[in-house]
Amino acid sequence: MSVTKHTSVFRAVQLRKEYGKGEGLVRAVDDFNLDVAAGETLAVTGPSGCGKSTLLHLLGGLDRPTGGEVWLGGRRIDQMSERALARMRRYSVGFVFQAFHLMDELTAVENVELPVLLAGRSPRAARRRASELLEQIGLADRARHLPSALSGGQRQRVAIARALSNEPLVVLADEPTGNLDSSATMDVLRLFDNLHSVGQTLVVATHDPRIAATADRMISMRDGAFVDETRLAGGTSGRLAALVGLEG
Amino acid sequence: MLAMLAKQRAHGYQLRARLGQALGALGDEMNAGQIYVTLGRLEKAGLVVSQHSAGLPDRPDRKLYGLTAAGHQRVSEWLTEVSWPKPDLVEFHLKLVAAAAARLADPVAIVDIQRRELLRRLRDAQRAAMAEPDHSDGALLLEGVVLRLQADLRWLEACERKWIRGGSAS
Repeated sequence: MSVTKHTSVFRAVQLRKEYGKGEGLVRAVDDFNLDVAAGETLAVTGPSGCGKSTLLHLLGGLDRPTGGEVWLGGRRIDQMSERALARMRRYSVGFVFQAFHLMDELTAVENVELPVLLAGRSPRAARRRASELLEQIGLADRARHLPSALSGGQRQRVAIARALSNEPLVVLADEPTGNLDSSATMDVLRLFDNLHSVGQTLVVATHDPRIAATADRMISMRDGAFVDETRLAGGTSGRLAALVGLEG
Repeated sequence: MLAMLAKQRAHGYQLRARLGQALGALGDEMNAGQIYVTLGRLEKAGLVVSQHSAGLPDRPDRKLYGLTAAGHQRVSEWLTEVSWPKPDLVEFHLKLVAAAAARLADPVAIVDIQRRELLRRLRDAQRAAMAEPDHSDGALLLEGVVLRLQADLRWLEACERKWIRGGSAS
């Protein structure tokens, strides 16, 4: 197994993903280079269809690139066997989707413990881990509710807890607030902020500027390619009073 | 107005037409007098020079106006200035129109600068909002700030789309 010299969690090198051929060729991701440091929150933004979801799928091993390399935790994953890739996804990556993708027949706590059970841990350990996570996201009292009895924001928090259940190297979230109202979005942002403070690496594809604004770094994509990078951490622009018009 | 002169010198009435084209219906609300008063002030400030055209009556609208070196300098500075939260959409819009017309700067780059600034402000407001207790008065005010910034950012997206496609239809 080859190991990179980099300390980055994620690394994409000249990543390409093409669909179709000839006239109908679409370059969904076009010669993309990326490094994500451990503990970093990265937002990938751009208009819909710019390739940010495809990029996320390639990074998480849900899809294979047409060319280039993907490294996760020092291992090259784009050439792994299906079996190894499935294992890697189970242990190293947590996915969060716009439409939550919870199992409707399972309660909140059962949804969260499922990946732990699939990873071969004992039912007892799985339940303990799931309860712990629900506690962390402030939904311990909803543990035995079915998803249908939860609000959108609560469902998404359960989905985030599920993504964290096997202590992944990285959480990949694809438009996590796309279906949420303003206050539920705030809850998810607070949760991401907590994850960030405990050092969880997080990559979020989003066109929600509130998520982009709270990330450490934001990259913009257009037509599958990298167009701009902004570091938002640290350099605050000024005083809040000026924002509300109390100051010049 | 200075920026409208950056592309080439113009008579007062041409300047009016350029502004009218850039502003659409909003431009109709501007009267001609305002333009000549402003031009007079800019001339006094040394940013604009005027020239009589031979054979034409000595009226302000018949003069040919152009930028001095100081005027050009002022325009370049103005294009890259970030002026928010005073939500002067007209001014920002004119920056993009003028930058594209006179090829002084890439309008998309100006949008990028502005977006970065707005995202920083959104970040500050969002952080402050997350720190407020739910349903507090302070949280409500900050929600207003966040929503306004989001609206501004959406408008910047529209600006970006337009100027990437090659800019003004005129």
